Amino acid sequence: MNNIIKASFLLALGLLISCGGKEEKQKEKIQIGQKTNVETKKETPVSNEVPASKRITLENKGVGKITSLTLDATIDNAMVERGAALFKTNCTACHKTTKRFIGPNPTGILERRSPEWIMNMILDPKLMTEEDQCAKDLLVEFNGAAMANQNLTEQQARDILEYFRTLK
Amino acid sequence: MKKYKFQLLSLFGALMLLTSCGNNNGQNTSSGALNSSAAEKVYVAPGEHDEFYAFMSGGYSGNLTVYGLPSGRMFKEIPVFSQFPTSGYGYSEETKPMLETSHGFVPWDDSHHPDISQTNGELDGRWIFINGNNTPRIARISLSTFETEEIIEVPNSAGNHSSSFVTENTEYVVAGTRFSVPIPQRDMPINEYKGNFKGSLSFISVDPEHGHMDIKFQIIMPGFNYDLSHPGRGKSHGWFFFTTYNTEEANSLQEVNSSQNDKDFIAAINWKKIEAYVNNGGGIKVPANYAHNVYDESTHSATSMMKKEVLTVNPLDVPGAVFFLPTPKSPHGCDVDPSGEYIIGNGKLSADLTVHSFDRMLAAIEAKKFDGEAYGIPILKFEDVLAGTVKSGGLGPLHTEFDGKGNAYTTFFISSEVVKWKLGTWEVIDRKPTYYSVGHIMVPGGNSRKPFGKYAVALNKITKDRYLPVGPEMEHSAQIYDISGEKMELLYDFPTHGEPHYAAGIPASILAPKSKKLYRLDENKHPYAVTSPDQARVERKGNEVHIYMSTIRSHFTPDNIEGVKVGDKVYFHITNHEQDFDVPHGFAMIGQNTSELLIMPGQTKSSLWEPKQVGVWPFYCTDFCSALHQEMQGYVRVSPANSDIELSWSLDGD
Repeated sequence: MNNIIKASFLLALGLLISCGGKEEKQKEKIQIGQKTNVETKKETPVSNEVPASKRITLENKGVGKITSLTLDATIDNAMVERGAALFKTNCTACHKTTKRFIGPNPTGILERRSPEWIMNMILDPKLMTEEDQCAKDLLVEFNGAAMANQNLTEQQARDILEYFRTLK
Repeated sequence: MKKYKFQLLSLFGALMLLTSCGNNNGQNTSSGALNSSAAEKVYVAPGEHDEFYAFMSGGYSGNLTVYGLPSGRMFKEIPVFSQFPTSGYGYSEETKPMLETSHGFVPWDDSHHPDISQTNGELDGRWIFINGNNTPRIARISLSTFETEEIIEVPNSAGNHSSSFVTENTEYVVAGTRFSVPIPQRDMPINEYKGNFKGSLSFISVDPEHGHMDIKFQIIMPGFNYDLSHPGRGKSHGWFFFTTYNTEEANSLQEVNSSQNDKDFIAAINWKKIEAYVNNGGGIKVPANYAHNVYDESTHSATSMMKKEVLTVNPLDVPGAVFFLPTPKSPHGCDVDPSGEYIIGNGKLSADLTVHSFDRMLAAIEAKKFDGEAYGIPILKFEDVLAGTVKSGGLGPLHTEFDGKGNAYTTFFISSEVVKWKLGTWEVIDRKPTYYSVGHIMVPGGNSRKPFGKYAVALNKITKDRYLPVGPEMEHSAQIYDISGEKMELLYDFPTHGEPHYAAGIPASILAPKSKKLYRLDENKHPYAVTSPDQARVERKGNEVHIYMSTIRSHFTPDNIEGVKVGDKVYFHITNHEQDFDVPHGFAMIGQNTSELLIMPGQTKSSLWEPKQVGVWPFYCTDFCSALHQEMQGYVRVSPANSDIELSWSLDGD
């Protein structure tokens, strides 16, 4: 049963891709898989709660070794540069700054999450998804795709945070 | 749980009683059973770690297995000389060169004697070396990645058996030939063996920083069989000792014809003297052809090159460097005690052990007390070099290890037992049966200046009824003994993989802290690596298609590829972007005529696929990596050879 859903989802995904592809004549076949696709596309949570990705939890510092962090008023460009490079290598497999992907889009994240929460999530995603409610809910919202621990140092995570400040 | 433990205890209790039946010291066992429990001694609680690593040669598996002691749990099989589909070793583009030889690609060997690198005669835990016996090769394995990093072929050798033992500071890893052969190889009648065949003893230098191996010189010896060897240590550092048999130089029915002489020899080689001779321009460079294969950790790739020359030394050209010590009855193991004074010849067709004295040997050489010569090499007088004889009453002594407390432990193949005896007095202290027909024995550090004399592991050749039967073929059995007390205590049996010949043990405290957890992505220098997913791409060069792919839980980038044609050679170059411990990803393509890849975090591996049929063919991750592992797959569209579909690739439409 499960396999059928997965198979049809993949089929739909495959067809979607060919939409943007080079072979126009396949368009008609898309119709077959369209029905199952409608359901998967919406991603409306079962409850009427605000989804975790949209929730604003600025008071929550998360769980982990970062308990307090004050950001300078001005953005440090050297840190941003390093952070952007680190983000590209370590994070872009799952996070895009233009859209929701495997994980959430980090654009505007500082309007939703505290700096401490962001740092803790980068540094120990396993602990966070076990003990922090928001991280737990995000895991569910994002299809159970657990965030990878990329073994970054505190300074590297801080650079990425600085880069996030520029994403608005 | 409790019940289970009780059962275990009673089982071991019964076992202990059984073993004590074979003892000649009945009075000791009752108190022994009261104050110790064999089960407790080998029990390593869930989540706890073992005290020692044990590296068991894989014999005809060609590999090396890693066990924990005292639990006997197997942790890893390290592929060395054999293709290993589990990881893709020998199948991936990066590791195929590791198995190149002068005979072409040889995907298998018979691995025998692991030896851990040493500094000042003590285990330093940098590398472990092992020999391939069949197509003579020596491998070096990193003890931080636990991967094979280098393999060098040994020319002018056959049956590379008296190998791969290191000198006290890992100046050399030494490889001796068991089967003498024509040197150089040539077309000649076999029955002209005598006097014409030669045995080579190769001294392979080890670069102290990177471990890279290079054959410094080969000593071309008379055509005997050089069976086993060990380095001198402490005061005998600078010497190397090899047992010989077939000094008869028989070329047929050696089972009978090689056992005619009452005594064969231990060859004592003053390698420091020969090294100095060679450093002064001595020796003869001869043409040769042998492979040198090196794996580079930063490019995750191996290269193979053929070497065309080797430096040979005629022992007669270096007077005072090579001597023969008469040793009874086709000696097998050649073991040197931690002080470096005693050289033990385990005469495999004898009941006794012959122990030579290094000091007496030097004195005899000094006094020129020779008893003839063999092919110009001086033979010392047996009585002049003998330190003592261990009259054990056992049959078929093969190998000896040491505990660092003045005791030696010798295996007896024919009488299936381990005999503990005292160095210097030669008295037998204890004997315990093995199950069955023991070959080597291993005490961690037991062939170094500093053994860790807590456990001894007997590596048995015959298993028979020790485990549930599984048809005619069975794994070999190892047995661990507690040797911390006056009497040995058999603790546990465990099966081993392939046929472990020798083994090497080392305290976990030396290796565990430096065991590598992942490869850093920012140090990945693989020419086909993609260090960020936006570099993922597909390129065509004629009929070669190179797919630069990245992977992280749980998708491949790209996962939809079109424009591949029948007849193409498609190379998947996959970089694992995980940077977390123990998150490998696998890769397998339907119908691929090779194995999967198992790619460690931060690593790049490449696999070749030659599609033969039109269609849309899936690939997937073979290592259960996350809750979404089942979703980790992709498709390659294969079009007819004459198709004009352009190359394209995507992930989620991008």
